[in-house]
Amino acid sequence: MQNRIEELKRSFVTSLGAAGSAESLEALRVEYLGKKGYVAELMKGLKDASDKKAAGQLINEFKTEVEDSIAKATEELRAAQIAAKIRGAKKYNPTLRAEAEFGSYHPITLATREVEEIFVSMGFTIENYFEIVDDYKCFEALNIPKHHPARDMQDTYYLDNGQLLKTHTSAAQNAIMKKYGAPLRAIFPGRCFRNESTDACHENTFFQMEGMMIDENISISNLIYFMKTMLSEVFKRDVKVRLRPGFFPFVEPGFELDINCEICGGEGCPSCKNSGWLELCPCGMIHPNVLREGGIDTEKYTGFAFGLGLTRLAMMKYGVKDIRDFNSGNLKALSQFKSI
Amino acid sequence: MFLSMNWIGDFVDLSGLDRKALIRNFTLSTAEVEDIIEKGCDISGVVVAKILSVENHPESKKLHLLKVDKGDEVVDIVCGAPNVREGMKVALATVGGRVGEITIAPRKLAGYTSYGMCCSEAELGISDDNSGIWEITDDIALGTDIKTVYDIDDIIFEVDNKSLTNRPDLWSHYGMAREFATLTQRELKCPALLDTKQFDSLPPVAIDVKATDLVYRYSAIKVENITRKISPVNMRIRLFYCGSRAINFLADLTNYVMMELGQPMHAFDNAKVDKIEVQTFPKGLKFTTLDGVERNIDDKMLMITSGDVPVAIAGVMGGDASKIEDDTTSLLLESATFDGVSVRKTTTRLGLRTDASQRYEKMLDPELCRTATERLLSLLEQYDKGATVISAFTDAYVNRYPEITLTFDKKYVDRYTGIEISNETIVRTLTSLGFAVTACGDDFTVVVPSWRATKDVTIKADIIEEITRIYGYDNFEIFTSSSPLLPVRKEVIKSDEDRMKDILVKSYRMHEVHSYIWSDSKKNDELGIKTPENVKVINAQTPDHSYLRVSMIPTLLAFVKENKAYGDSFSIFEIGHTVEGLKENGECNEVNKLGVVLYSRGESEESVFLRARDAVAELAADILHKNIEFASSECDYDFEHPVNSFDIRIDGKKVGFISTLHPTVLENIDKKCAVAVFEISTQLFADVAVANTKYSEPSKFPAIDIDITFTADVGAIVFDELVSCAKNAAGELLSDVKMKDIYTADGSSAVTFRFSFVSSERTLTKQELTPATEAICKALEPLGLTLKA
Repeated sequence: MQNRIEELKRSFVTSLGAAGSAESLEALRVEYLGKKGYVAELMKGLKDASDKKAAGQLINEFKTEVEDSIAKATEELRAAQIAAKIRGAKKYNPTLRAEAEFGSYHPITLATREVEEIFVSMGFTIENYFEIVDDYKCFEALNIPKHHPARDMQDTYYLDNGQLLKTHTSAAQNAIMKKYGAPLRAIFPGRCFRNESTDACHENTFFQMEGMMIDENISISNLIYFMKTMLSEVFKRDVKVRLRPGFFPFVEPGFELDINCEICGGEGCPSCKNSGWLELCPCGMIHPNVLREGGIDTEKYTGFAFGLGLTRLAMMKYGVKDIRDFNSGNLKALSQFKSI
Repeated sequence: MFLSMNWIGDFVDLSGLDRKALIRNFTLSTAEVEDIIEKGCDISGVVVAKILSVENHPESKKLHLLKVDKGDEVVDIVCGAPNVREGMKVALATVGGRVGEITIAPRKLAGYTSYGMCCSEAELGISDDNSGIWEITDDIALGTDIKTVYDIDDIIFEVDNKSLTNRPDLWSHYGMAREFATLTQRELKCPALLDTKQFDSLPPVAIDVKATDLVYRYSAIKVENITRKISPVNMRIRLFYCGSRAINFLADLTNYVMMELGQPMHAFDNAKVDKIEVQTFPKGLKFTTLDGVERNIDDKMLMITSGDVPVAIAGVMGGDASKIEDDTTSLLLESATFDGVSVRKTTTRLGLRTDASQRYEKMLDPELCRTATERLLSLLEQYDKGATVISAFTDAYVNRYPEITLTFDKKYVDRYTGIEISNETIVRTLTSLGFAVTACGDDFTVVVPSWRATKDVTIKADIIEEITRIYGYDNFEIFTSSSPLLPVRKEVIKSDEDRMKDILVKSYRMHEVHSYIWSDSKKNDELGIKTPENVKVINAQTPDHSYLRVSMIPTLLAFVKENKAYGDSFSIFEIGHTVEGLKENGECNEVNKLGVVLYSRGESEESVFLRARDAVAELAADILHKNIEFASSECDYDFEHPVNSFDIRIDGKKVGFISTLHPTVLENIDKKCAVAVFEISTQLFADVAVANTKYSEPSKFPAIDIDITFTADVGAIVFDELVSCAKNAAGELLSDVKMKDIYTADGSSAVTFRFSFVSSERTLTKQELTPATEAICKALEPLGLTLKA
């Protein structure tokens, strides 16, 4: 028995040395460990052995040796194959690629979304409104008297059915007040139209964002707070704001809101016309006549409103020098705006 | 508007205060200051001197050699001015002094040394007269520094006119002085006036206001024996610093009073105008204004006439024929208040705006008429002692503004401001601004001063502005509101439009563009698209932009054409407003739409079309969880392809269309390209109810897929119809139908569909499905699908 095992051991080592593939290793395994293999044959001969215990032990040792050797050889073979695969691998080049076309948002969409997000986080509803309104919505409901210069033909586009293209987002105030009543906090972005000739700084079609907040004790102090908070978020810095008296018929008191110029830090530079401040958004406490027209009890409620020039904001934010680029449809300009 | 701090200083003592800082703060409390200009800081060492002798320079035709007495010494001066004269008093810039950029030092001119410089008015910055040196006519000791007698040093500030539109009272130095007095809590002084009551016994001026609806007040007075021709130096300097030019004494005087008090005045030559009518002319007329321009006067323009001969356009400009000439010695002085709207309309129609009309437009206080007259007479008395009033102050006060009284309480102020402003501050501020305040505990009653009561302050909210702007917005403590937080609503159409943008940009790599609400008929013509008649802009900048757009597509097609150089393949879209004619009530039927154009060179038209189809289907699937139905239809627009135009329907309702382009339009864009378009009404889309997600438990048993190939006219297949037919025929085991493949050869086409069967109870076998597949084939035959052999 012992001799037979020794003999098998020698022949196994020889065969293992010759086995160079997974298939030959498997054949070797079957030859030795299979049902009809040498180990099984040895086990069969065990019953004739004199010292069964010692013989059994020898067979087991041999079996383990064969198993381990085959496992080890299999592992080595696989490692060699992987190494060969790595050696032969093709090297890719991430720096070379055919230009893939990405989509783009209009910069006004991006600016609008950014401001909307800020106001939604402060509990403001977003409202949608018409671009074509009547004289009542655009002027009368906003306390703009019949003879006001804003109503002149040179500023407003009038339509042949008697309606007009809204000159400001404030034209939606009345409808929104009537829709929700008080309390109310809403923003309403929209496209506005002014009959003026276009140049790098002027467009006849542009976007504004109007906002209103109406409740029982809305104050000038609240107005400053919300404007400062919103603008700090938009410009991603702690902006300083200042209010100046400004006259708009639909607010009383009315203000021009300035923010400190970031470019010069308030020292004065060409961007801020040496004042250290940038005029950004007209605002004010909603005029009682406007609230009344909107069906809101002026003895109980007060409110503020503001108008933000979205087009102007987008120009500032992205450094767009010519306002006409926005409506040009020129993809070389517009395709640059991927996301916020 | 330019304002002089010296002038304001006539009415409020600002000594000891930083005047420039006050001006800067003015922006925060009253009106926007655009510029601050310091005058006179570049003038020093200029004294009154006298030319003792004049000799011509031996070699120069222009230069003169002067001996000039500068009080303490006689110096040699070389001077090139043409008007030098022996005995003339001049402003001499002495050695060591400064005039503008020039520092004065002994300087050799053509061989002679000059120890100073005789200055022109322009060199000193007090007028634009540079024709010769300034002759000083006032009686001043030689050697006197001119700055001690003339107001050359001043701080001028410019206020944005637009920020004064609602403040007629601020179009004057006196009105501005009132603001400064309030801001500094100092006293406001009255200007010197000449009481006109003393002339009541003199004969009145004949005044007949016929157009009483356009006039508040017309007052006049006559003065004669005016001899002075040139205004005092300080008056001229102030006028010049504030942007006006000295003309002659009388004209300057009316300008001066207008700038000081805000009341435009007009001086007629009394020899030519001795009575007044105020009227309009139903037939219009031609009239030459004092600038020499002949103007067309229409029936709405208010005119001043004398014996029905027009002499002035009321509130705008006087006439050439009746203007003051250098030899005028008697005048009829107008001080009137015309209706602001009427004046504005007149100036707009004439294209003529003047300092007077600008002020009238703001609705002037009629109470000013008399004050201004009395101020002018006081100045006249001071500067032209012989002048004599020869009429009563005659006053046609035909319309009055009502007196406005407002009541409010402290609580009202607190509610508006959100901060604490004391009763004492409220009373002090309003009183200082001219309001008559009665305070009773926390209750206030105020009478609005006449100069604020023409339109500016009419309700109690206006009072809030007065209190807060003087308090200073920079001094406000700021607080968030105590309003309860409520859920944020967002309109469905708005969120749908936002999601459409996301899908088209992110999944379909499209570019969002913006255009205009009107059609561009010129660009449409180039594309071969007829611009649909629609609601029209009546004052469009060009006739090409008159009609409002019905569809977004034509503009997008023009954009595509303009962007051909951008790439071989790109897609653009716009979400915006269009107008589909009028509604029954006559208002525009405004419809929000999404317009999409896909463009490609090198891709088949069918493939581009199918990409467009995929995009539409994804919008509905993603946003509404619904399928789109496409149905062949008549074209809505002439740019659509007559064969490949389809309605886009959801729940059986049309929400838009998808199409390829009419070959004519396509070729006008590009001969070798493929284009597909679709347009959806985002409003109709948003009106569709979103389908709830219904969960169905997946079967634990495997599905069996059976592919069946049919010969068919592929273009005629309506897939949804096919699916419902198959489901009816096969029963509930048929779980899904998919199109697998289309194969076209030799003029006939074959299409393969995969029918998936599954049971929730057991594993199906192919054999048991044979009856079902046979039933399907039979059911599909009437639809034109024949089982392929």
